[in-house]
Amino acid sequence: MMDELSLNILDIAQNSIAANARFIEIDVIENDDDNTLIIRVKDDGKGMSKELVETVENPFVTTRTTRKIGLGISFLKEAAELTGGTIELDSTPDVGTTITATFIKDNLDRQPIGDLTATIIALVTLNPSIDFNFTYTVNENEFNFNTKEIKTMLGDDTELNNPPIVQFLTGYVNEHIVNLNGESI
Amino acid sequence: MKSLAELAAIRDKMKQNTTIREDGEKAIRIVVGMATCGIAAGARPVLNAITAELAKENINHVTVAQTGCIGRCTLEPIIDVIVPGEEPVTYVHVTPDKIPKIIKSHVINDVPVMEYTVAAYEN
Repeated sequence: MMDELSLNILDIAQNSIAANARFIEIDVIENDDDNTLIIRVKDDGKGMSKELVETVENPFVTTRTTRKIGLGISFLKEAAELTGGTIELDSTPDVGTTITATFIKDNLDRQPIGDLTATIIALVTLNPSIDFNFTYTVNENEFNFNTKEIKTMLGDDTELNNPPIVQFLTGYVNEHIVNLNGESI
Repeated sequence: MKSLAELAAIRDKMKQNTTIREDGEKAIRIVVGMATCGIAAGARPVLNAITAELAKENINHVTVAQTGCIGRCTLEPIIDVIVPGEEPVTYVHVTPDKIPKIIKSHVINDVPVMEYTVAAYEN
């Protein structure tokens, strides 16, 4: 198990990276009316066959030789089901994979979201050639962070993962996330 | 609140710094284990400490990259520091507080921090 849900997000996104995704969309949606917290990771990677999708939630049935799958999905599934929630996998070979985990937000076993900023910044820092679209929604408010937009602003000759840029983006993302959920992360 | 509009100024300042950088600096690679085992053991704060330290020391000839599980899960978080022309050095059980020393000693002064390496751990 991971200590916080943002670590599950980082881990699940690693599967997308291993599946050669070029664009990864991460949504975190908190909804107090529905009492749900939804985490969705969508990629345009190589996808999985129907047979693989059916077995992938079991940590002991993996495609270990390709290292495409490991304990990551099992951990996310366990974390969601502990709260009475669910996990849904939708994958099409050569199109991509979408993983949606729904948590019952106020359940005592629901782990904290944790440091979302650190997860986003880690992904962006380590994968400058992959584009990420991150959307954090708390009820009617939303924060969107899209690396395509940032790359356009920086121009072609400045890498997104230069330390001063990363430092700025860390502060920028953190401020907006804290502003949305009202907590210091 | 911070705005993305500030990026342009940071970029321009970086470009100025780049022009006064000494030529001939070789690219050093720092590779962080980012599989499930690495993440669960604390690789994320280690990575963020690396980025913060590189920014603080104004180092921009280092590439930070990730790798998967290398089968030594109990030794995670693991990072490799790869200086061109030298053997890669593997640091194990890395924590954010070890990063400033590794950056200052190994990356800046080319002296590996032996007590944090896998060789020291296995002795």
